[in-house]
Order: sequence, then structure tokens, then C-alpha cells
Amino acid sequence: MRHIISILLENEPGALSRVVGLFSQRNFNIETLNVAPTEDPSLSRLTVTTEGDDRVIEQITKHLNKLIDVVKLVDLTEGNHIERELMLVKVKALGASRDEVKRTVDIFRAQIVDVTPSVYTVQITGDAGKLDAFVQAMAPIGILEVARTGVSGISRGDKILSL
Amino acid sequence: MELLSGADMIARFLQDEGVERIYGYPGGAALHIYDALFRQDKVKHILVRHEQAATHAADGYARASGKPGTVLVTSGPGATNAVTGIATAYMDSIPMVVLCGQVASHLIGEDAFQETDIVGVTRPIVKHSFAIKHPSEIPEVLKKAYYLAATGRPGPVVVDIPKDMTAPTERYEYVYPKKVKIRSYNPVTRGHTGQIKKAVDMMLKARRPVFYTGGGIVTSGASENLTALVKRLGFPITTTLMGIGSYPQTDAQSLGWLGMHGSYESNMAMHHADLIIAIGARFDDRVTNNTSKFCPTAKIVHVDIDPSSISKTVRADVPIVGPADSVINEMISLLQGREMANAEALPEWWTTIDGWRAEREGKLYEASQPGERLKPQEVIEAVYHITRGEAFVTTDVGQHQMFAAQYYKFDKPNRWITSGGLGTMGFGFPAAMGIKQNFPDDVVVCFTGEGSFQMMMQELSTCKQFGTGVKIINLNNGTLGMVRQWQDLNYKSRHAHSYVESLPDFQKLIEAYGFTALKVEHHDELDAALERTFADNDELVFLDIDVDPREHVYPMQVPLGAMRDMLLSKTERT
Repeated sequence: MRHIISILLENEPGALSRVVGLFSQRNFNIETLNVAPTEDPSLSRLTVTTEGDDRVIEQITKHLNKLIDVVKLVDLTEGNHIERELMLVKVKALGASRDEVKRTVDIFRAQIVDVTPSVYTVQITGDAGKLDAFVQAMAPIGILEVARTGVSGISRGDKILSL
Repeated sequence: MELLSGADMIARFLQDEGVERIYGYPGGAALHIYDALFRQDKVKHILVRHEQAATHAADGYARASGKPGTVLVTSGPGATNAVTGIATAYMDSIPMVVLCGQVASHLIGEDAFQETDIVGVTRPIVKHSFAIKHPSEIPEVLKKAYYLAATGRPGPVVVDIPKDMTAPTERYEYVYPKKVKIRSYNPVTRGHTGQIKKAVDMMLKARRPVFYTGGGIVTSGASENLTALVKRLGFPITTTLMGIGSYPQTDAQSLGWLGMHGSYESNMAMHHADLIIAIGARFDDRVTNNTSKFCPTAKIVHVDIDPSSISKTVRADVPIVGPADSVINEMISLLQGREMANAEALPEWWTTIDGWRAEREGKLYEASQPGERLKPQEVIEAVYHITRGEAFVTTDVGQHQMFAAQYYKFDKPNRWITSGGLGTMGFGFPAAMGIKQNFPDDVVVCFTGEGSFQMMMQELSTCKQFGTGVKIINLNNGTLGMVRQWQDLNYKSRHAHSYVESLPDFQKLIEAYGFTALKVEHHDELDAALERTFADNDELVFLDIDVDPREHVYPMQVPLGAMRDMLLSKTERT
């Protein structure tokens, strides 16, 4: 099963490499990885999506917790949560397909953020499934380039991940 | 207010931290630190002949004393030479602080002379690492390094120190930090009482219980409490290779150690148990054999300070995260006034176990006859007797290591010093050196083989310089014995590169370093040679003993089998 693990990490040099290194060292998977500073300059927030059965996920969270730079973590998939990813896509937009692209962008509630005579650059946010669906829909028209941020997430309701 | 350079802060910190000896080797990036050490006389520096030996010596000291060992090396090759020793300490959870010189900050990343990203290289084999960014942070970082190394599940910590951080011209305020806090690091100090109660109830209801305890008992100093608990319950106990000595092996309730080359009775007892109480052990593959066939009828209580050790390879029914000593203590108090639910079951269980013991009694190996080459096993037994079982014993890796574990009996913890997790050939001699220098009144024996010894024999020179009287027992079978054993069993005796065809004349070699070496070729010569070897506790003696190269280590678990599936000799199996 796919899990989204959100981590508060010391904003220190080398901290990220410890997290990433742990995954390769222990033969765990990283599907997406997203990392950025938080409102507290001493902390980064890192979100990993990974696949594994319960035993593997238990090991992943335990080993992550063991890293000295990991301050706190939560497996968001254990409860209700919001998951978002942002994707920028360059799509071929020529002739008849130019309208087709625009229509699909509207259907997905995406936005065209840059235009040339032959290319639309589309920005779309949503969960990973929606982004996958958009890529699938666009594939026959011609995707030129894809840049995804990887999943970021937060739990629903009053639950917070903080110090 | 005291102003010190980074280098002087390091020297001062080591004094204030109570570090008596550090092991190291100088080089460009560490020279400011070496100069600071030269200008003081509280912290003694032991100059090794190879940085790997520095880590093993510090490691040996740590295992024997329970305190962190300290290593100082220079950048680049100095640091990379230390890597094997860091990995050795990591795998066995040994507290150690490794101070590495580094090229000056402005050169980092430029492939400068003797530059290596040692923090990167060692990342998977350290508990944590630090890189010094400003001289003023040195005292706090070092305190954190020692704190992390020694608490929780111990392990090695690397501190990378760029040369400009120790420059003699830059001085900053020095205060010894008595305490440090790391917000993300709070090792547990006690187990969950509800879980411990559950475990105690299971113990009282058990019919065929076994204690299975490991290095965690040694680390947390829980031997006394463990012994009290095991005595109170009357259960059998087996330890891991790392846990040897944490319960007196000469006691009747001890089944010896378990696993690949563990005793017949301990592997049989584990397989047939209905309750396994694992404390400070990690269900390593050399213990469990095939996990899908592991102890089919047993419920498992698993106590460990490291939550990631629990249910890693074998699912625990009652997991307890906590330090062994405090959990055992709580178990003992919870047992007060309570009795076994099936009082008749335990004696029956002991009858079964005694039956297994009797099956193998006197059949472990065939002794040599006068005029014949000695068996390695009998050499270990003879050393056990002459040292009255009280020596610190270090080993290298291979057959001699297993024989030493099988035939030297330990009644105290911290005396059996072996590289269990990583299995590092070359560990034994420098580890023995580190122990002897810190425990000069004790007898320190290193069992080694002609293969392992040659990996770190340059330390003879260090022993000469510091007058270190270790006793080196070389079980010389002229072959890489354990490799050969596997080749005999799995490769139709094709001995690919397991035969050492050009061995040195060890006697001449040892004499060249200024020490005494004795040669034993036959059974009849052993006793006199041992008398001579152990005559003067301050003298390094190398005893080169020709042993039978055909000997295999048994029992040996059958690959992919259950705990009970063992080869018992070249012709018998379970």
C-alpha cells in the first residue's frame, strides 16, 4: 500500500542526505520526495511517498525516527488527510489540438501559465491520481516535458504536526 | 573567561570529559590538534601503525569498560582507513567518537590534497555525525558526540573538523558543557509497565520457556539483574554470540550460546520452546536461520532499547521498548509473591533439555593423541584453564572465533570481545592492545589465526612502543579455516584461495619486533608453552600453534533450515 510520510527535519546540512540514504541503505522505496523550509527556520518539512506492506512501513517509520535529525514524523495515510502535488506540463498546442488542450485543461481545472505559437505550459494541482489522469489525457496530443513537485500533505482537522 | 583555539578546546574538552587515552595517527589536517595534545599531559595518545587499528583499539577499550572509545585521525586516507573500524563498532552498537581532521573549509569540495567527504562516506555506518562549522561550537558538538555515542543504543559518532577550525590564532571562549540537549533525541529510560505485566504473565504461564539475551545486556550493565531474574524463574537461558558472559556460562541454567554454531541444546530448546523472552538481542540471521521456520510453537516477548530492532525480522507478540536493565528490574518486582501456573511443566522441560545435553556430551570433538597435531578446540580449553576463565578474550574472525566462543567459558560480561555483526578479520589484536593498555593488571588473550593476524600485525610495533603485554594465541592451520569449511561443505572441497601458501616464519617475524614467539607443533608441547606464555603478565608473547586443518566447527545449522536443523559432525546431522 502507498503511504505518505511527513517529516519535520532539522534544517541542517546533511540532514536530507541521511533521510535519502536511509531509504537506499535499507532497500526501501521512495516514490516521491518533497522538501522545503517551514515557518520555523530551524525546521524543514519533508514528505515522502513510499510503497510497502505494514511490516515495511513500520520499519521505515522506526528507522526514520532513529535519525537524530528527524524531529517528528507522521504517516498521513493513517488518518484523514489532504494530499496535493503541483505539476507543470509542456504540451504540443498546434492546429486542432490547440483547442483540445485548452478544453482538457478546463475540465481538469488546470491553468495555462505560458503560451507560444506551438506550446502551452500547463499548471495543475491535485492529488497524484488527478495528475496521472491529466498526463494520460494529454499523452495522445503530445506531452513535451513534465515537472512534478512530488506529494505534499497535511492531516485534516485539528491534528497538527509540530514540535 | 577562558579563550582557547579550536585545537586547544579539543584537548581541554577531552580532559574535562575524562578521556584518558585516545588512539590515533597524525597528518596534515590534524596537526593543530596534535600540537594541542602535545602541550598537555592528561590525555594520553597512543600512536597506532594504521588507523583501522586505532578504531579497533578504541572499540576494544569501549567493550571492556563500557565507556566510549576515542579515535583521532587525519583527513582523507587517515579517515578512510578508519572506516572498517567504524562499521565494526556500528554493527555491534559500541560507543565510539571518531575525530577526523578535514581540509580547510575554503578547500572543501575542490578535491584538495587528502580531502574525502568522510561524513558522506560513513553516513550509513554511524549513529550520527557532525561537521564543525565554527570553532566556537567545538565544546558543544563534542559533548553531543559523546552523549549520542554512549546513550540509548550506543554507536560510533564521527566529528569532521576542518583544519581552519583548529587554527592556533583564532581563540574563542571555552566552557565545558556539563549537559547537552538534543530535541529530537530522547532515548527511553523505562519500558511500558502494561507490556511488562503482560510479559510477566506469559512467563508465569509458560511450559517451555527460554531466555534469549544479547549484547544489550552487556551494554546496559544488566547482567546482575538478568542473573537474578533467570535464577528466580529457574528458566533455561541461551545468549547470542554478543551476549556471552552476560549470564554465567558455568551455571547449570546456561545452555551456552545459540545460532549457526551455537550449542545443540540451545538451538533445540529454542525450536521447541513455547515462550521466548528475548532481551537486548536482535534476531540476527546468524541466530534465527530461516525465519519462516523459526521456533514454530513459541510466543515472543522482545525487549530492546531500539524500536527498529523489534519485529524487524521476527514478529514480536509482546514488544517492549526500553533499556534492558530497567525492564528486567521491573519484571523482578512484578514477580514478587507470584508462582508458576503450571509448576509441573518446568521440571519436564528441564528433563527434555538435559536429554539433549546428554546426547552430545563427550562427542563435541575428538581429542588429539600424544605426538599428533593439536585440535584447535583443545587449545582453547587449555587456555581457559590456565587463565582460570578470567582473562579478557578477543578474537579475530573465522573458525578460531567460533571455537573460542564454544570452549572458553565466561562468567562475567565485558570479557568476551569479538566482532560479531560485521565479522572483521584483523579486529582481535588491536582490540586486545586497547584493552591491555587500559587494564594493565588483567590478562588479555587474543585468539587469532594466521589469516586474520596478518591483517593487523603491524600493531606489534605499537605494542613495543607502549610495552603492551597481550598474549597472542595463533591457531595456525595454514588455511582460511572457515572459508575452507564452507568450500568443503558447499563446493566439493574446491579450496579456491583459502590456502595461504606463503606464510611468514612467525617466530622470526615476532622476534624482529623484539618479542618472544613460541612454536607448538605437537600435542605434547602445549602445556609447557602455555606456562611460558602466561609466566609474565606484562610481556607480549606470541604462541604459534599448528592445529589440525581438517577440523570443522560444529554444530552448524543447515542453511535455510529451522533452529533445530544442524550438522553435528562430518557424518551426523539432526
